Formats: sequence, C-alpha cells, structure tokens
Amino acid sequence: MTRTRRPVVAGWFTDDVPEGDFRLLGTRCTACGAVFFPREDSWCRNPGCPGGGELVEAPLSRRGRVWSYTDGRYRPPAPYVSDPDAPWEPYTLIAVELAAEGMVVLGQAAPGVRTSDLTVGMEVEVVPGVLNEDEEHTWTTWHWRPVPRPPAPRPAVHARVAQDPA
Amino acid sequence: MSDVAVLGAGMHPWGKWGLSFVEYGRAAARAALADAALGWPDVDSVVGADTVRCGYPGYVAGATFAQALGWQGARVTSVYAACASGAQAVSTARAQILAGLADVVLVVGADAAPKGFFAPAGGERPDDPDWLRFRVLGATNPAYFALYARRRMALHGDTLDDFARVKVKNAAAGALNPLARYRTAVSAEDVAASPVVADPLRLLDICATSDGGAALVLSSMEFARRHGHRNPVRIRAVSTVTPTYPKALLDLPDIATDSTAAVSPPPHTFRAAIARAAYEEAGVGPGDLSLAEVYDLSTALELEWYEDIGLCGAGEGAKLVRDGVTALGGRVPVNTSGGLGSFGEAVPAQAVAQVCELTWQLRGTAGSRQVRGARVGIAANQGLFGHGSAVVAVR
Repeated sequence: MTRTRRPVVAGWFTDDVPEGDFRLLGTRCTACGAVFFPREDSWCRNPGCPGGGELVEAPLSRRGRVWSYTDGRYRPPAPYVSDPDAPWEPYTLIAVELAAEGMVVLGQAAPGVRTSDLTVGMEVEVVPGVLNEDEEHTWTTWHWRPVPRPPAPRPAVHARVAQDPA
Repeated sequence: MSDVAVLGAGMHPWGKWGLSFVEYGRAAARAALADAALGWPDVDSVVGADTVRCGYPGYVAGATFAQALGWQGARVTSVYAACASGAQAVSTARAQILAGLADVVLVVGADAAPKGFFAPAGGERPDDPDWLRFRVLGATNPAYFALYARRRMALHGDTLDDFARVKVKNAAAGALNPLARYRTAVSAEDVAASPVVADPLRLLDICATSDGGAALVLSSMEFARRHGHRNPVRIRAVSTVTPTYPKALLDLPDIATDSTAAVSPPPHTFRAAIARAAYEEAGVGPGDLSLAEVYDLSTALELEWYEDIGLCGAGEGAKLVRDGVTALGGRVPVNTSGGLGSFGEAVPAQAVAQVCELTWQLRGTAGSRQVRGARVGIAANQGLFGHGSAVVAVR
C-alpha cells in the first residue's frame, strides 16, 4: 500500500524539498513589511499599513530560539488524530522565537525530543515531519528540533565561555 | 458619574449537577432578584451571556432565561465574548442603564460544561484557528498554560512550589465558600502528587470545567436611591478592550504571535491593557484595591495576573504569594471566592460570579472569607479570540 504525502495544511510550508531547504511559509505585506504566519493572503492586518501593497509569500527563518515548551501527557481530543487502541505517547510542543520576523511560532518537536532535552533560549531549527498516517495519506507537518551542537573546539583554558553559542 | 448600582447578586452552586444551563441560570436569577428585593416584573431588560460550545457561542441565553422566568415583555440581549461573556453582559446592562434605556437590568450567565479538555467544533474546519491548533498541534488549553508557566520559571525563577502555593491559598478560600465546587483544603504535597498534565503543570494546577450559574440585578443610581439603597455597591468601570497590533504574546488558540517586524509591540500586554483601561475609567489604581478576583485558569497564570493588574512589577508575582500578600488576611487578597481553582470554569457564568464575589465583599457579607473594610475591588479575565474584561466595583 502506498500512501500519498500531503501537507496537513496546504501552503504553510515547503513541500518535497531537501531537509536543508525546508521552511515555514508566511506572507509579507509589500507596503508595510508586516509578516504573517499562518499565512494571510487576503489583506494586511497591520492597522497602520499605508495600503496599496500585496501579500507575497515569505519563507520564515529556519532557526530560532526556544521561547517556551511543554508536552501533552493526555490524549488531546479530535481533530487531533491518534490511535485510541495504542497507549498514548506524549508529544512535545515548542514555542520558538524567530528574531528576524519578531514572532513566536508553535510547533511539535521532532520525534524523540523530550522536555528534558530543552531549555528556554536554546537554538532550534525547523525540519519536515509526519503528523499522522491514514490509509491513503501521510500527513506532513513541521517540527522543531534542537540544533546539533558543533563538536567542541579544542579546550582553550582561558576561553571556555566563548564556546557557548551566542 | 458613570456608576450603576448592584442591587442583587445570586448564584447556583458550581458543580456537576447534570442539569440544563437554563435551570442554573433561572436559579441564579431568582436568587439575585430576591437579594435585590425586586420581582421579575420590575426588570426592564435581561442580558444573557451565551453558553460556550467548542469555543464558540452555544445556546442563546437572554431569551432562554426570559422565557424560563416567564415572558414579561422585557428588552432582551444575548452576548458572546468567550471567557469575558459575563462581563460583556454586565457592560451591556450598564450601557443601557447609563443611556436611560432601562432602570433595572438582570444579567445572567450559566452553563453545563462537558467534562475534560475543551475541544473544538467537529468536522473539517481548516479556516478555524481553534480547530487548526488541535488538528495540527494537539495544543489543548493546558498546553498554553504550561508554556506560560515554563516561561515564568525560566525568566523569573518561579518554582513548582510557587505554583502550588497559589492552589493551597485558593483552596483555603474555596473551603469557606458554600457556592464553590471544591471545598476541601489542598496541601502542597497534594499538588505535587497529582499527575502532570502538561509539563510543568499538574492536574491541581489547572482549573476544571464545571456547571454553574450567576446573576446580578443592576440599576441606575437614581432607582437605587428611590428604593432605599443609600449606599449600594457600584460598578464604576467595565473594560472590554481588544488587543493592540502587534499582539506579541502567544495566546490561545494562536499558532503564532503577530510579527513585530513592521511595528513595535504596544507598551503593555493585552492582559495588562485590559486592567489599565478599567483603572483609567474608574479613576482608581492598583494601590486602591482591597481585593481582586482574577482568572486563575492555572496557578501560574494567577501570578501573571498579579503583575497585569499592577499589584507588583513584572516577574514579582511569585514573591507576593510567598509573602502571603494575596492570601485572606494579606494586604490585597486575590481570589477570595476560591477562584477558578475552587469553582472550575463555567465559562459564561464565571465573570458574573467574579462580580458577585466583589459585591458580597464590598457589602461586608462574605462571612468567614470577608476582607475587612473592603472598598474597591477588581475582577479580571481573558479568553479566546481577543476577548477579555475587567470590572471595577466600589462602595
């Protein structure tokens, strides 16, 4: 049985691209520069916008910093899809601050990321993920994942503080 | 002066009684009318706060209560503003009185809430942000409360013990309130032993959903004087402001905040703006408060409210509960009713119930949970879709 891959919401993220090119897709008003995610394609919601612009697709920053995080220890109600016969596996939710856009975007963490792996302020990146599968479809989504730390540089006795990524 | 008088306050006890919301609302209305020593035929206008189903307006309230009490020709209004529905009903009643459209207005909010997590409406609703947050993220209301709680821990050093202190405090007050659903003392150990719902919050950190009903009889000051109420409790301000763009704090049911790329965020958060608008209208400030009722959907959120209503600076909320400032007997008791932690949320009734508590405290009839010499109180809440309210009552 082959399932078709489909985004859980059309147009919210790049589809079928290599992982490194994956981005959330918002929109930006060409008149005032306001950014919207989820994408706003109808009108600019900035009340001070001079008007006359258009909303163009704007890929959001790939990396941001953890604003906060939690998990779901109990099965959420529909329309969240889960197998009622399988034991509930908590998922982790991360709210991520994107500096360039000046916004906080929620998302589930990549599978295997626990709240104990996270701290507020930690750098994370957006990666493609799977929300659920049914008979016909693999429903795709975005996940946040901690940015792997580069291998520690050779210890320099007087410069340990500098190893902490800014 | 833009005061209106509170002549009557009444409630149906909160709980899980298995009855219709109409029954709770009717019982609360009759209690409020009896408290005001007025009959239902004396009411010029009835304002009902609609029940809330899946985040949206459920059953029509105003006409339903008018019919249940017996049609008598009163003007009728129904309002929906999520958790602020009850306060918006008070606001509507007050506006009618101040505009001279009615002398006596009955405000009623009641609901019979389903058990468990609040869930969105059924079917495929990809245009509905409330549906999307469940479909795409499984983000329940407690998940948002937990995000705020974790953020406080990281930013301000709040601890799980601080959150438990809020529960212990509110349970102690609720134990003294015959209208509360949960009336037993809770210890910090009880909180710590309850299961984690959304890390870091536990079951006893999060308010339940309940059935309940609350009602107020409001009148013009002139009507109150004519009927021998020389010094009634007065509602001096009702704030029902919306957020200011860009709303930079993640709010349920949002998947993302507004962007601050084009416009700097406003100087105050939405919750703080709600309270500030009420203070400004009332001509009082946080320093004048005798007590406050705030929307403790979670223990950690109560600490945010301390800061939002100006009891302390940003990040100082936990110190107030540690020092007992907000407990009964403290300098500014908060949630003397027992709060949502002791009541559980009956959405359209809750903001009305908050004003009932202010009324009894300001009258000096709150019994064993009385705040001595109470003169000024504020009730504040926030709910879905940019709704929130604050009511200032004085005597």
